[in-house]
Amino acid sequence: MSTEQHEVQFATAPEGAVLLEARGVTMRFGGLLAVNAVDMSVRSGEIVGLIGPNGAGKTTFFNCLTGLYRPTGGQVSFAGRPLPPRPRKVVQAGMARTFQNIRLFQNMTALENVMVGRYCRTSAGPLTSIVRGPKFRREEAATRARAQELLGFVGIPEAGESLARNLSYGDQRRLEIARALATDPQLLLLDEPTAGMNPQETRQAEELIFRIRDSGLAVVVIEHDMRFIFNLCDRVLCLVQGEVLVQGTPEQVQSDPRVIEAYIGTSDEGETGDA
Amino acid sequence: MRLNPVTPELQQRHRRTGWLLALVGAVLLIGSPYLPWAWSDDALDDMTYLFGPSPTQFLGLALGAVLLVCLLAPRLLARVLAGRRARWFAFADGAKAAALGALVFVAVVVVGIAVELGGLVNVRYGGWIALVAALLAVAGTMLLPRDRPATLGGVRSPGWLVISTIAVVMLVTLLLVAYALDEDDPVIFVALLAFVAGVVAVLLKLGVGPWFSSQTARHRGVLVASAFLVAFAFPFTQDGSEANMSIATQVLIFAATALGLNIVVGLAGLLDLGYIAFLGAGAFVAAILSGSAFSAVGWNPPFIVTVLISGVVASLLGLIIGSPTLRVSGDYLAIVTLAFGEIFRLVMINLDGSDGPDLTNGSNGIPGVPDLDLLGFDFGEPHVLLGVEIGRFANYYFLLLLVIALIMVVFANLNRSRIGRGWVAIREDEKAAEAMGVNVFGLKLFAFAGGAFLAGVAGAVRAHHDISVTPDQYIFLESAFLLAAVVLGGMGTIVGVLLGAVLLRLMPEKLRFVDEYRLLIFGALLVLMMRFRPEGLVASRRRQLEFHEDDEELADKVDPTVTRAEGAR
Repeated sequence: MSTEQHEVQFATAPEGAVLLEARGVTMRFGGLLAVNAVDMSVRSGEIVGLIGPNGAGKTTFFNCLTGLYRPTGGQVSFAGRPLPPRPRKVVQAGMARTFQNIRLFQNMTALENVMVGRYCRTSAGPLTSIVRGPKFRREEAATRARAQELLGFVGIPEAGESLARNLSYGDQRRLEIARALATDPQLLLLDEPTAGMNPQETRQAEELIFRIRDSGLAVVVIEHDMRFIFNLCDRVLCLVQGEVLVQGTPEQVQSDPRVIEAYIGTSDEGETGDA
Repeated sequence: MRLNPVTPELQQRHRRTGWLLALVGAVLLIGSPYLPWAWSDDALDDMTYLFGPSPTQFLGLALGAVLLVCLLAPRLLARVLAGRRARWFAFADGAKAAALGALVFVAVVVVGIAVELGGLVNVRYGGWIALVAALLAVAGTMLLPRDRPATLGGVRSPGWLVISTIAVVMLVTLLLVAYALDEDDPVIFVALLAFVAGVVAVLLKLGVGPWFSSQTARHRGVLVASAFLVAFAFPFTQDGSEANMSIATQVLIFAATALGLNIVVGLAGLLDLGYIAFLGAGAFVAAILSGSAFSAVGWNPPFIVTVLISGVVASLLGLIIGSPTLRVSGDYLAIVTLAFGEIFRLVMINLDGSDGPDLTNGSNGIPGVPDLDLLGFDFGEPHVLLGVEIGRFANYYFLLLLVIALIMVVFANLNRSRIGRGWVAIREDEKAAEAMGVNVFGLKLFAFAGGAFLAGVAGAVRAHHDISVTPDQYIFLESAFLLAAVVLGGMGTIVGVLLGAVLLRLMPEKLRFVDEYRLLIFGALLVLMMRFRPEGLVASRRRQLEFHEDDEELADKVDPTVTRAEGAR
């Protein structure tokens, strides 16, 4: 792993401007209320954590934000404009995500994976691609260069030619972040970026997320690793059974008895565990 | 599952026995062509002489010689192939392929003699010796330990060597095709195929095949140009004979259509079971606008315009079929296209004026489509070029080469572009592709309609080539054959699909006697392919990976960084 820092420029919104505004987002699967009237706003340059026990609806909420699900109620707007619930439109607006269980294009090389991320920021159409004129070559070269730059940014500059499925687990997670960054997002949604990582890899991931934040992007992280989340985040939301239980600074959330109760249960109920 | 039931331990223990057995087999194989194989000269070519091998028997001798070289080379060439060169060739694997090829070849010939003369009694001792020799060789080579993969593929060679190899390969191909087409005897044709397959398998295993493909990658332009040169030269080997040129043009029409289908199936990963309907749509449009006396429309635009209209009509049909079905994932597209192919045929039959407009004359179709006349060049008239008469079919042959070149450019350039990457991403993980901003629906629709456009273009040429266009030329079976050509040859590759198309179109022409069993044989062939080599004869790297998701060895082999690290070791 290279230790050198790769500086990469991102197009960013002005510091402190509200990027994502979710109002009363509700997702109902038949009789199951998975997400119930959740409000969340994210400003540029901040890291927001999303915690909650298993089944609390964190990933469902992510899917509602990114258009994989069409929320049954509520409204999501990005940079002041309402977001249509279509994944492609969401990416185009400037919001990209990674997946809880890695979903790379396994049989493509790492570089190609990131180049796919550039798809929505490039424009070569069928005719241009068939004729392969100078404009096409320029765009293709720029795509390749940007992809390589991003591989460097996430710390795997020499992995470009490797198949995604041949990368180590930690590098696959990095590659997924690079692919998401390739869409030129202003807000990055990370779904459990350190799941299955050892402490050292977790520390590297933390450092990477800080660097992304420092480049001016906003980040929303779902995580179970409490130390990780309280280290990292400016603000934390705790989701329980589809509703926001607490939100505030890491210190506030950490010391809130309701959060502890949601995770470990209360002694007088005589029950442990939660949905 | 390994085809070879012999365990590595067994191979280690009996490697010397195996080598001796194989050597005896090879010597017998070389000797047996000098003995009589058949009682009568009516079978295949004349194999009745002692010490007078026929051309077919010579092929057996050649396979035996290849086997002998593979067996002896490691010992004889030990000094030349020392050090880093020691792993250039995989001689044991080459010997295994040669022995297997020889067995298939001799079996085909022996069975052929029996079939043509009526019974195995007609096979004389030479044939039996050859069969036993091949069996010995197979048994012997099975006992040889497998080689590590040959490293010759990673060796860089000077440009002149590569280019002259390309030239030789192309020349041999041309002569072979001309020879095979001239062969009237179906058994000799099959035996020739077995021989060629055997030699190609040996070259691939030996490491020469990988060397050729890795070296020609640097000289892709030369390779493509010389392939077209050979294809261009083919009519000149036929000396004005129209019989073979007619087959050749049919092969080319089929290949052009299969290449178009390969964009839909191989690149975008959409299963289209009604592709022939787009070819039919193009053909009917071209026939209607051809100025044929039987066409209901009087307008007769120049062919360039007709081709474009044919393509556009076909792609419009593609848009109509595709836009509702491509939104849903799963097998709906296969079902809808299957139905569409049938609907197209029925609509063409029913557009006969009895209930609606008369466009197609019903099941009679549109006969009397005139020959093409491009810029004063009449395709119906023979022309004399370089002292060789170029007949009607040869004229169309040249035009079809142009069409195929066009489709190849479209295929290759789309594959290596942003759009091609999008298609791969969709095949890999549709949801993730969508979430990364890839226009999944748009790309699928483009592949579907674009493939339809190319089929429409091919159909327009076919209408003039066939002279008459009838609905029963465009039936489901044809779609199935097209798909079979794509799957058999290798989804997502140009060479593979061309090979698949040539084989599937040429075999029925040459093997008239199996006509009734044609479908049975193709069915069995496809089942075997799916079992043992689902990625097709010529595999695209990516497809190979997709079909062998859990094969780590393969992933390492394909991965350039891993291979490079191995080479440095």
